[in-house]
Formats: sequence, structure tokens, C-alpha cells
Amino acid sequence: MIDPTAPGFWSGLFQVLLVGTGETLYMVGVAVLFTVLVGLPLGILLVGTERGGLFEAPFGYRPLGRVINRVLEFVVNLGRSVPFIILMVALIPFTRLVVGTFIGSTAAIVPLAVVAIPFFARMVEIAIKEVDSGLVEAAESLGATRWQIVAKVLVPESLSTLILGLSTTVTSIINFSAMVGTVAGGGLGQVAIQYGYQRYSTIHMVAVIILIFIIVMILQGLATWLARRFSHRGRPTRSRATVPTAI
Amino acid sequence: MISVKHVFKTFGAAAAATTALDDVSLEVARGEIFGVIGQSGAGKSTLIRAINLLERPSSGTVTVDGEELTRLSPDQLRLARRKIGMVFQHFNLLAGRTAQGNVELGLEIAGVGGTERRRRSLEILDLVGLADKAGAYPAELSGGQKQRVGIARSLAGNPKILLSDEATSALDPETTRSILDLVKTINVQVGLTVLLITHEMDVVKRVCDSAAMLEHGRILEQGSIVSLISTPGSRLAHELFPLGEIAPHPGNTVIEITFSGGSADRPVIAQLARSYGLDVSILGAVVETIGGNQAGRTRLELPGTPLANAAPIADLRGQGLLVEIVGDGAAMEGARA
Repeated sequence: MIDPTAPGFWSGLFQVLLVGTGETLYMVGVAVLFTVLVGLPLGILLVGTERGGLFEAPFGYRPLGRVINRVLEFVVNLGRSVPFIILMVALIPFTRLVVGTFIGSTAAIVPLAVVAIPFFARMVEIAIKEVDSGLVEAAESLGATRWQIVAKVLVPESLSTLILGLSTTVTSIINFSAMVGTVAGGGLGQVAIQYGYQRYSTIHMVAVIILIFIIVMILQGLATWLARRFSHRGRPTRSRATVPTAI
Repeated sequence: MISVKHVFKTFGAAAAATTALDDVSLEVARGEIFGVIGQSGAGKSTLIRAINLLERPSSGTVTVDGEELTRLSPDQLRLARRKIGMVFQHFNLLAGRTAQGNVELGLEIAGVGGTERRRRSLEILDLVGLADKAGAYPAELSGGQKQRVGIARSLAGNPKILLSDEATSALDPETTRSILDLVKTINVQVGLTVLLITHEMDVVKRVCDSAAMLEHGRILEQGSIVSLISTPGSRLAHELFPLGEIAPHPGNTVIEITFSGGSADRPVIAQLARSYGLDVSILGAVVETIGGNQAGRTRLELPGTPLANAAPIADLRGQGLLVEIVGDGAAMEGARA
């Protein structure tokens, strides 16, 4: 039990929260980076390799497109259906291989990215499917290559939906980042476990909840603002409805 | 300029396949505006998409400007497409780009540098009358303005051919006219060959030099408007000059005279009445300006059987007029010649 009236309590609390927030932002930030780097192409491929898609027949070979689509579907579904707490533990050998250890914030990035990538890939899939096929046709009529269509039509035209999808993804990464605190991953989650739960400090618990809430609020506000900024549809709320907000 | 030969297009697997194009052959001459008219489901959209191979024909050849597109590799086809502009019914503009950004799209795709892109896009926006809207997003533009951007985008790469997929179908009549006039102007100014598809006869009347009629994936007739008008029994001509149902009096002869070019302003009916002492009744008449020329069709009722009227009819034909006997009183159905 921690005594709030003890000398140095508040400065200690502040110090712990500062470090915890830093670790959380670090874990989440790097995980988001990898999530976008892998999830965006994955989502595009997921749509593209469907029947009638842009990459329906890679290298002119239709069955290859079908195989890629099946494999990606399988991977994404698998990634999304394994509970995070299990995934986290199951990934320990992999994490060790990549980072060298499975303890600490850097190690926590691995399971966070692994869980977020398929989630974001689905978000990308939804956003890309929303792009009017007429736009793809118009670009094709102008002689665009498939990559030009992705870079100049599909991604820019779905940007505001992608941003909102990313924001939902980041929110769930923040959620999961709190869970890695249970296995010494650091971050605000670990503060809540170590001080709030194991040492019965309600103040720590409440402070962590408020901090996470503030981070999510800022994030969501930023995403909404950006999405509106890139929308140009005259109806900026249009895309929001299609992004599932639940995790 | 565009030559389509024996093109078939079927969708779906062999058993349940539907034929969208059924042995379609077309010839579009350099510099003309060629209209394909047909109802929804006739295969128009498939046909126009077969020209730049957005829809690859199941069989047959498509040749544009001497290049057989159906033979090209994917890379060659992409290059060939840059010489074929296309505008769409629903404009298909990128919502995230300004008017200028949309016009620049094709130039970006073709790898044109930034300065040249800006110069060219502004020049072409000026041509379509949207110089002041370069910075506007599509959501801020009216339908007519959007289509102007669409036209500008399709023309930015200096194509030799413009394909128009129902470009005016989503526009009101007045805007339709202004867009058609724009297409005509560009056609004349730049010598652009235009292939358009439409379900509106007015479009054909207003701008087309030649036309084809498409029904159930087959071309029923095609040719220059002038020659179609003077083709007896032409469905296109019939729809260009809708005269309604025929209801002749028994014992009389109903004829339809088609005027075009020079014959349009001759007092044919007055001469007929005077020379043969006939009591001519005018049952209906339509005069249209087609491709800048006056053309029309008049339905007359002459007393007596077709046999009795053989001389005046021969006389009219002798003057180079197209005369069709469409009713002889006995046949109330009005069998067409």
C-alpha cells in the first residue's frame, strides 16, 4: 500500500507516469509505423487479388492471384482471431529472434505490430473498396499502370477513410499496449498493474486511466480533423460511418 | 481512324453466357463525330470500352490509328491508350484533386514534368472555359463544369481520339447542348475524331456526322447521317424524324418525302399541287438541322391509289427526293417501303 501523504509521493507519481507515458507512446508509435508499412500494402493486395481486382492476375497468372488472396485472407483472419494475450505469449520466440529479448517496451512492439497489421489491413480493404470503380477506369483510360492507379487513385481517394481506420487501429494498439504491461512490457499499463493493482494505489490507477483517455481523445480529434481536411467531398462525415469503431 | 471488325463480347461462362456484342463492325473516319445510338442494355457501354480495351473483346479486332490494339502487349496498350481520351457519364473525377489536379492526372501518368504539366493543364482548362475554376474541387463544381473538367482531362495528353460514354446523359438539356457544342468546337479546331455513345437522338442530331444503331449487341445500320437519311426504310432516319402513327383515309396514298441539303428549300409541295392538280394534304412534317444542314421529312396524303399517283411520285423521285409510300389506304397498318 502506498501512502499518498508520504513525502515525495506526488513527485514519484509524476515521474512514474512520465516514464510510463513515454514508453507507451514509443511502443505505440513504432508499432503504428510498422502497421502502416505492412498493413497498407497488405490491405491493397487483399482487395487487388480479388476477382476483377487490379492484381487479379500477377505476372499474367490468374491462379497466382487467387492463391495470394487465399493466403492473405487466411493470415489476416488468423491474426485477428487469436486473443492478444495468447498471441503475445506465443510470439515470444519470434520476438526474441527479432529484438533479442522479450522483456521491455522494444520487445512489446513486435506483438503489437503483429496484432495491428491484420486489423489495419481490413480497414484498408474497406477504405479501398469504397473507391468508385469508375475512377480506376478513368485512370486506366489515361494509360495508368497498376502502381500508378494505387498511388494516384486508390490511396489518395480513400485517404480520409484510411486516416479514420488508422485512428481506430491506433486506439486498439493503445489498448493492447496496456496489456503488455502484465508481462513487463513497460508503459502506462505496467504503471497501472504495478502501482494501481499490486500496491493498491487508486491514484495511480485513476491517473493512468485519465492519461490513456486523453491520448485517445487527442488522437481521435486529430484523425477527424485530418480526415475532414483530406475529404473534399462536401460531406466530410460520409466516410466515418463505414469504419467500425469497435475493436 | 477507328476500325472495329467482327467484335464479339460474351460475359460469363459458356453455359450461362450473355452476348453483349454480337459481330460488331464499325468504321469511324478521321475527324468525324460518330454516334452510336441504342437503348440501355444494347451493348453501347461494352462497345465503347472495347475501343480502348477497358473491356477486351472475346474475339475480333480493334484498330485505332493504324495500330491493332487487340494485338498489343499490356505495356504497349497503356501507351496506346494515352492517345485515346475518354469521358464518362458520371465524370469520374478524383474528389481529392482540384480541377487542375484532375487535368494533370493523365500528364503525371505519362511522366510529364511539373512546369509543363501546369502550363498544359491551365491551357486546356482555358479551352474548355474553366480557367477560373482551376483551384476548385469537383464537389464545388456543377455537373456541366465537372464534365468540362472530364473533357479537359481527356484532352490534356493531346489524344487523336475522344471516346464519350454517355457524356451528357447526367446533364440537363441546356448543359447537354453546351457540352455538345464544346465537343463539336474541339472536333473542328483540333481535328479530333470523336466516337460517342448515347441513347438520346438529340445528341446525334446536334453533333454527329455519322451514326450507327445498336440493338441487342448488333449494329442494325451505320453510315453518314446524310446517307442514312436518304436510305429508304432507315430506322435511324425514322427516329430522326418522328412523324407518329399513320392513319390514312381509305383509297388515298400516303407518302413520305425526305428532304436534305439543297432540296430542303424548294417549293416541292406547291409544284406538285400545281403540276398535277392534286389536293395534297400535309399529315405531318419535321425539319431538323442535322450536322449543320437542314433536313426534313414530310408526310403527304394524295387522293387515289399509289397506282393512280405513279406519275407525280416518279416526278418527285426524278428531282432526287427520297419518296416512300407508307400507306395506300387499303393497308391500314402502313407497311413501310
